[in-house]
Amino acid sequence: MEIRDNLLYTKTHEWVLKKNGFARIGITDHAQESLTDIVFVEFPEKGERFKKGEKIVTLESVKSVSEVFAPFTGKILNLNEKLNDEPGLINSSPYDEGWIVEMEIENEEELEDLMPPGEYRKIISKDL
Amino acid sequence: MAKYDEPLLNEIEKRDDDKIFEVEREKLNIPNLNEREVVKHFIHLSQMNYGVDTGFYPLGSCTMKYNYKLMEKVVKNDKINYVHPLQNEKSVQGCLHIIYELEKMLCSITGMDAFSLQPCAGAHGELTGMLIAKAYFESIGEERKEVIIPDSAHGTNPASAKMAGFEVTEIPSKNGKVDMNALKNAISEKTAAFMLTNPNTLGIFEEEIIDIAEEMKKAGAILYYDGANMNAILGKTNPGIMGFDIVHLNLHKTFATPHGGGGPGAGPVGVKKYLEKFLPVPRVCKKNGDYFFDYNRPYSIGKISNFYGNFSVLLKAYAYILLKGRELEKITERAVLNSNYLMEKLRNAGYEVPFYGRRMHEFVLSLSKLRERGIKAIDVAKRLLDYGFHPPTIYFPLIVEEAFMIEPTEDESKKTLDEFADTMKKILHEDEEILKNSPHNMPVRRVNEVMAVRNAILTWNDLKIH
Repeated sequence: MEIRDNLLYTKTHEWVLKKNGFARIGITDHAQESLTDIVFVEFPEKGERFKKGEKIVTLESVKSVSEVFAPFTGKILNLNEKLNDEPGLINSSPYDEGWIVEMEIENEEELEDLMPPGEYRKIISKDL
Repeated sequence: MAKYDEPLLNEIEKRDDDKIFEVEREKLNIPNLNEREVVKHFIHLSQMNYGVDTGFYPLGSCTMKYNYKLMEKVVKNDKINYVHPLQNEKSVQGCLHIIYELEKMLCSITGMDAFSLQPCAGAHGELTGMLIAKAYFESIGEERKEVIIPDSAHGTNPASAKMAGFEVTEIPSKNGKVDMNALKNAISEKTAAFMLTNPNTLGIFEEEIIDIAEEMKKAGAILYYDGANMNAILGKTNPGIMGFDIVHLNLHKTFATPHGGGGPGAGPVGVKKYLEKFLPVPRVCKKNGDYFFDYNRPYSIGKISNFYGNFSVLLKAYAYILLKGRELEKITERAVLNSNYLMEKLRNAGYEVPFYGRRMHEFVLSLSKLRERGIKAIDVAKRLLDYGFHPPTIYFPLIVEEAFMIEPTEDESKKTLDEFADTMKKILHEDEEILKNSPHNMPVRRVNEVMAVRNAILTWNDLKIH
């Protein structure tokens, strides 16, 4: 199970890659494995604003439907539109090609609630 | 089970001497094959099929339990087959009698005061129930927009509440049951209803149901009973005693009316007296010994299906209840006994039962420990096929990791349960590679589920283009 050192994590298994004023968001290797093969990604509109904890994306896998939650408050800047044709990228490359959206960071302080890799590792070892 | 290397319809070789109807078939857009080939094709497929009539089907009443053949005979009766729904009510008094009587029977089985048989499936019943809740709060001038649902619920619950115009609040479970504190925190003056399945989807009876009902009453909100698990309580207790206000039943689950292949179902809705005036129209009423359709109900939520529901399905349930009579509770006794017996056998074999304790008609295993060996619930399910068993429900309820939900139902013998348990034990000790690559003995090996979902071929046209 891969957990990358350069990312921040949520309890609901999203990862956050902080960039300049915005961040890239995806789901973790652990999350993609429990979801099994993803077959459909339902995106929000570009420019839509979400509060921290709100549902931003719906992922449909062969076994169930689950949500991706906003790790912080902000507007949606970019969608990984490649996932429309190849949702399986989330499974094969959860941290790189399988990123999901990019969001503007409204309030940097909110990022302090996210977990460093070590802490996330503890959470998922409990999960197993 | 037969095993054929059966080609797809578009791969079957055409016969040269059968040109007569070729043009017509092409115009009609149907396979250009003669009757002989088509019949052989579909009979082969049916011989490879596995159903509740051919073997153990641990999906249980959750999907469809074994249905007595007598019910099929009853609905094939000409006196009923040739009745038309537009006939004058005076000429269909017999059918109206059946509807009227079945409503009364369902009232006494569930402890409700009035029933509508119109909804055509469980989820349709849920929607009807939610519309009744909405009409009720409108009638007393209260604006209540929220419906509370536990995270162990059937996925249709939130969907039905939402379709009726409510907002859904999900509450987490605690030890596999409703978390009373979470429920109390979620209740407010905005709460319209709490939707609950009891026993819940883990097969656990919500023992605090009386307190839950009390809380809802205090809040002035409605307690809604999802009847999907009615098979677990027939004649033992009922939603009325527990304090529920609205109930939907799945006749095709509990009352032996098959709905396989997406065929017609029935999801009657029952209510307590104070909600009766909101039931769909028409109601079947009786005056001076004659039955008639009563449309004059100003508070009714209106019509929710064409005509009067799926009558042939209702008729099967009616016959089933009459056949069983006071023995209905024996169904539950046997179903609960079978479920607990099988659960203990599987637990002794080494399978994990989360929130272990007595269960009702079904139980849920967690196969998450097998993940250390790289094995998932789906691998065990597929391997069961090799041993001639239909797999149970997997990956539901969502609150159990790698869930394996088993409902044996009342009609299975001890011998069948033992064979199933022995097979599950054997599978547990099999080599990882065998499991991951199963099934091995089926006409079709592991199917590509991603491709099946993303590239669904459902019609002859799709197949042709493909």
